[in-house]
Amino acid sequence: MGSFWARTPPATARVAPPLLQVDNLTKTFPGVVANQDVNLTLNEGEIHCLLGENGAGKSTLVNMVFGLQQPDAGEIYIRGQRVNFRNSGDAISAGIGMVHQHFQLIPVFSVAENIILGNEITRGTFLDINTARRQISKLAERYGLTVDPDARVGDLSVGEQQRVELVKALFRDADILILDEPTAVLTPGEVDDFFAVVKSLTSQGKSIIFITHKLREVLAVAHRITVLRAGQVVGSTTVKGATQQSLANLMVGRDVVFRVEKTQANPGALALQTQGLRAHDDRGVETVTGLDVEVRAGEIFGIAGVEGNGQRELVETICGMRSASSGTVHALGQNITGWSPRKINRLGVAHIPENRSKHGVVEQYSIANNLVLNRYNHKKFSTRGVRNTAAIQAEAASLVEQFDVRTTGVQAAISTLSGGNQQKVVVARELTGHLQLLVVAQPTRGLDVGSIEFIHRKIIELRDRGVAVLLVSAELDEIISLSDRIGVLYRGRLAATINAADATREELGLLMATGSSSSTDRNQP
Amino acid sequence: MASGSSITRASGQLHRALTEIWRLQPLYVSLYAILLSFIIGGVLISLIGVNPLTAYWALLRGMAGDADRLAGSLARSVPFIGSALALAFAFRAGLFNIGAEGQLLAGGITAAYVGALSWMTNLPGILAIPAILLAGTLGGTIWGGIPGVLRTKTGAHEVISTIMLNSVVLFAARWMVGSRNPVVLRDTDSTVPRTKPISDNAVLPELVDSQPTLHVGLLALVGMCFVVAFVLNRTNFGFEIATVGLNPHAAHYAGINVNRVLVWAMAASGAFAGLAAASEISGTSGHFQPGTFFLMGFDGIAIALLARTKPVAIIAAAVLWGSMLAGAPLMQQEANMSIDVVRIIQALVLLFVAADAIVRYLFRVKDIEQNPFQTSTVGGAI
Repeated sequence: MGSFWARTPPATARVAPPLLQVDNLTKTFPGVVANQDVNLTLNEGEIHCLLGENGAGKSTLVNMVFGLQQPDAGEIYIRGQRVNFRNSGDAISAGIGMVHQHFQLIPVFSVAENIILGNEITRGTFLDINTARRQISKLAERYGLTVDPDARVGDLSVGEQQRVELVKALFRDADILILDEPTAVLTPGEVDDFFAVVKSLTSQGKSIIFITHKLREVLAVAHRITVLRAGQVVGSTTVKGATQQSLANLMVGRDVVFRVEKTQANPGALALQTQGLRAHDDRGVETVTGLDVEVRAGEIFGIAGVEGNGQRELVETICGMRSASSGTVHALGQNITGWSPRKINRLGVAHIPENRSKHGVVEQYSIANNLVLNRYNHKKFSTRGVRNTAAIQAEAASLVEQFDVRTTGVQAAISTLSGGNQQKVVVARELTGHLQLLVVAQPTRGLDVGSIEFIHRKIIELRDRGVAVLLVSAELDEIISLSDRIGVLYRGRLAATINAADATREELGLLMATGSSSSTDRNQP
Repeated sequence: MASGSSITRASGQLHRALTEIWRLQPLYVSLYAILLSFIIGGVLISLIGVNPLTAYWALLRGMAGDADRLAGSLARSVPFIGSALALAFAFRAGLFNIGAEGQLLAGGITAAYVGALSWMTNLPGILAIPAILLAGTLGGTIWGGIPGVLRTKTGAHEVISTIMLNSVVLFAARWMVGSRNPVVLRDTDSTVPRTKPISDNAVLPELVDSQPTLHVGLLALVGMCFVVAFVLNRTNFGFEIATVGLNPHAAHYAGINVNRVLVWAMAASGAFAGLAAASEISGTSGHFQPGTFFLMGFDGIAIALLARTKPVAIIAAAVLWGSMLAGAPLMQQEANMSIDVVRIIQALVLLFVAADAIVRYLFRVKDIEQNPFQTSTVGGAI
């Protein structure tokens, strides 16, 4: 670690122009200045972290660098040469590679096929997959990116798929790699592996723009940090002297409270209980395998676990969106197994879904319509089946204010909002009305510090009012700081239940990875 | 390409002028598609050696030259309103109902059967007419509902099942109406295959004694367009339909019974076709012949798309469609142009509406999407 940090950029970097220089880039969208006079410099062998809240303009900036969008003003230089990318193809030929947050891979193709896609090596009209395979293995070895060229991408873990994406970029001779939230989908162990890869890449001359929300990671890998807020650069610093607190304050523009303030829980009656619950995922694989969980009124029960261990199916089964293959769900004194989502909702169960764009909102709808998405037929909002538009508007206006949704008006399409504000709309909708049980999945995924703080506070408030909360999250920090009790989900069952006060990251990480807390089990399948 | 760019510049100016004069934003593409189709049709006509202005003048007089022709054109348009509504309604739920052709047949044969029942003759008109319309609507509802049920129970795509059901009902109808042994529905007194004439009490009152007769069915179907606009834009059921159409996953999450909405949307969709068929039987022909509805369902698809699936705009689009067909014979008579020219122009209209990028480029129309539910007043749709 020490030697890594001691490494200085190559001497040539100081005399030669920087590898990538972004000069006063400005980009406006109707009504929004996404980037204003943004400057950014990337030297060879450097990891440059781009920090900022959602909607701060990070994506716009890298999209312009990668040729996906064109700046209104300003210039981009690569090794001192002015470039003008009309599309991402231009950027790729100029040696820029991008790994998107959502992987752009074809699951039914092999690793090698995915990597050469669009850049095929051919002999005559035939695909020369063997040469490609050899080249891929050579690349993988050189950078410590272990991938099996013949594996089917659909069978790979998320971490492995990410490595495929990296090799894909390297295969196209990228010198500059743009990584958009690369750690969002990884388990703690995978994150460590990933950092090792990143360091091996930079030590061999590759340069990296790293977009993240996670301050811990910034401090762990960055050489330099640029903080964006509202489309402008508000700070650019080296990692020395930066702290999580100083970066967070810079990002948000005010002091941020990191620790979630909460009092001792005061658990009451049993609000949710599953017994021997089993459920299948969309492919018919049983992912909830006889799960027993109990949540009491006035407590937050956190479910930690690597994604794909049954979290989604558990939540959907509780909320009536998926049917249990066996076992029961009791909530608020009723056996709700097999009830419809509407009936469960009417009972007092609110659900903040994991996948906002799929389940949480109708993107083409206005904010107002999204705020009444599951209540449009309440007496308040309709009379004999005819919508009462005025009442819907009034309710929406009041919720927008209460939940601090930043928007021009309730008539605006929800897709015009940033992710954090969209999530606030979902939260506002779900936390309104008489709820006694809140089922919440990944409530702050991809959100900025300010929105996370806000949503956490709301959840604690509810708990203090006596609402039972089942919290599912892939963020260990979130689970530890919010929960009163933590259950670790491993292969569809709770591997352990511990008090949050006694939980450590290490213990939870181990439980998540192996289903057992004794380290001797670690290497067993 | 200089002339090309001056054309687009001129058409761009036209577009700007229209923007200022009429507020028809969502229908620009449709208007320009019609304009463009007539221009290309004109080129075609002049290639044949006929002055396109002569031909179009004859067509126009055929469509609306005098009160009688205008009434005839409107009468011709009535069933198209129903078949276009059938597509538009299902479309809102994300379903592509291309089975209006079959739903018209199912509605028509049911209406003709009920209309010719012996007890109908004893019924006063005030009961007989609703009975025959209801019967046709029911026939269409069932024939539209079946693909809805198949979709939700088995996952069969409605495009495939509606096409299949079109054939099923077409050949079933031909047999029922044509067969002499056994006699099913055939009017044995007639030399052509058709059903028995409906009872006089069940005949819709006429508005104008034109050719064909303009009957009260026009008002019924125009009224239906407004009802549909209201249901889609202002009611909870309309909101459920739109939610299912835009994001069925979110609809499911929000407690909407997605399958029920899909079945009802398909059934209602078929009901409009059935109503159109019944009003045609009751108001115009008085009996059922399978050929009466030939291509009407498919024309409905074109009309609905031309109207951007907006119920009230469908009235205008259907009237344009029907009157072009009604006016074509005069064009043939006076300008010696085959009536197929009208069919070609109609096909071009559909082509340009479907491939709207061409029109957007030529007339510089921006791509603003106009689903009224996208921004919430739910009431923006005409």
